[in-house]
Amino acid sequence: MATVQELYELWAGQSELEQALQRSLEPRGTEWLVHVDACCGQEARCSHTSRSRPSGSYSGSSARRSTFGSDVPSSTAASLLELIGGTPLVELPRLADAAGVSPRVRLYAKLEAQNPTGSIKDRVALAMIEAAEAAGELEPGRELLEPTSGNTGISLAMVARLKGYRLTCVLPESVTEERKRILEIFGAEIVWSPGEEGSNGAVRVAVELAGREGRWFVPFQYGNEANPLAHYDGTGAEIAAALDRLDVFVAGLGTGGTLMGAGRRLREAFPGVVVAAAEPLPGDPVMGLRSLEDGYVPPILDVSQLDRKLLVSNDEAAAGVRALLEREAIFAGLSSGASVQVATRLALELEEGVVACVLADGGWKYLSAPFWQAGAADAELEANLWW
Amino acid sequence: MTTVRIPPTLRAESGGEARVQAAGDTVRELLEDLTARFPALRERLFRDEQIAPFVNVYLEGEDVRTLDGLETPVREGATVILLPAMAGG
Repeated sequence: MATVQELYELWAGQSELEQALQRSLEPRGTEWLVHVDACCGQEARCSHTSRSRPSGSYSGSSARRSTFGSDVPSSTAASLLELIGGTPLVELPRLADAAGVSPRVRLYAKLEAQNPTGSIKDRVALAMIEAAEAAGELEPGRELLEPTSGNTGISLAMVARLKGYRLTCVLPESVTEERKRILEIFGAEIVWSPGEEGSNGAVRVAVELAGREGRWFVPFQYGNEANPLAHYDGTGAEIAAALDRLDVFVAGLGTGGTLMGAGRRLREAFPGVVVAAAEPLPGDPVMGLRSLEDGYVPPILDVSQLDRKLLVSNDEAAAGVRALLEREAIFAGLSSGASVQVATRLALELEEGVVACVLADGGWKYLSAPFWQAGAADAELEANLWW
Repeated sequence: MTTVRIPPTLRAESGGEARVQAAGDTVRELLEDLTARFPALRERLFRDEQIAPFVNVYLEGEDVRTLDGLETPVREGATVILLPAMAGG
């Protein structure tokens, strides 16, 4: 019996074995079996996490992802745009157990960091641009303008580069350094909005700019129906296909797109499902709106479609990030920490059932953040815009 | 009594206080008590006798719009948080 590592070394080091191994890699039941009889007559039962399907009802579409060892490298993609979506749903048994969740409750997380630019916003960016193209609203060479706290901008930068559009993002000064740098590296222009106004300030500045200069096309994730539709057709449909049962669905609340779109799709599949929002409790420094009238409710968000709407402080979200890392080795961003905290809180209310939450991005864009160690730099945590 | 957290945006109307005490068995009674003592808050928090669109009121961390709204019962010692509606993304 060969170990997976031994098989990989054989594969990597002996080119004459490659085709035989590739032909003999195939899924069987709930595990992947690696037949090596073509070369040595041995067979290994693979225990690599990304190959092992969760023991629950997951049958998701990770087959076209091709990180090392994850699947049969039987196809190629014409561009990154074809690799958006189809993210895996992974169970969180260690985290659930440590939180005291009933063993009859299964907790799952949808890993949106596995999209090409590392966040769920790839789905939204592509959907908005292709909807505009289909409607004849966006011709080649047009300039895009979008208010964003970072992830949507990065996703639009990727889509814009591949499709030949120029992009300007209106970005609050209080976002993490990593997001600014990634946007700059992608070649996006950045217009700064006041950090203390958060995303609301970015929306205000973008609307003012677009009103003054007609040259912009503004996808406007906060009011674009392609945003929730991307989650209805993608995120929600994928979860519905992966699970036989769902009692609670949790996602972070930003534009409302994930909760509206995926929530609607999941209610169709699981009529009794509770759709719950994890909402950030921002620190005072990023709540300094000039007046309450500067508050903003995205037009695509209909709060009446939410069953629960729960605040999560930055501290609690950071604890969620650390729990994901320590218990499940998942490297996630701050809104994911909030999402898993709410999912755990609601899972604790159940005696049995299935809870799924969305982890919207990975930890890479937060490496400079202070929350990786408990109790560190609370003031900095409160002064930045994380969602 | 219930502790009510006031966001920076509304502190001019609460005499600069970030936390104030208020009494009431429901969210409505609690906000009535609060605005009786800080009248300038009233026109900011209410529109047509309902919670204004850009205001969120949380009882023990949950938006009262997904509970029973202004009629949501409030237990002694609870925490209420007022926030302006803020987007993300």
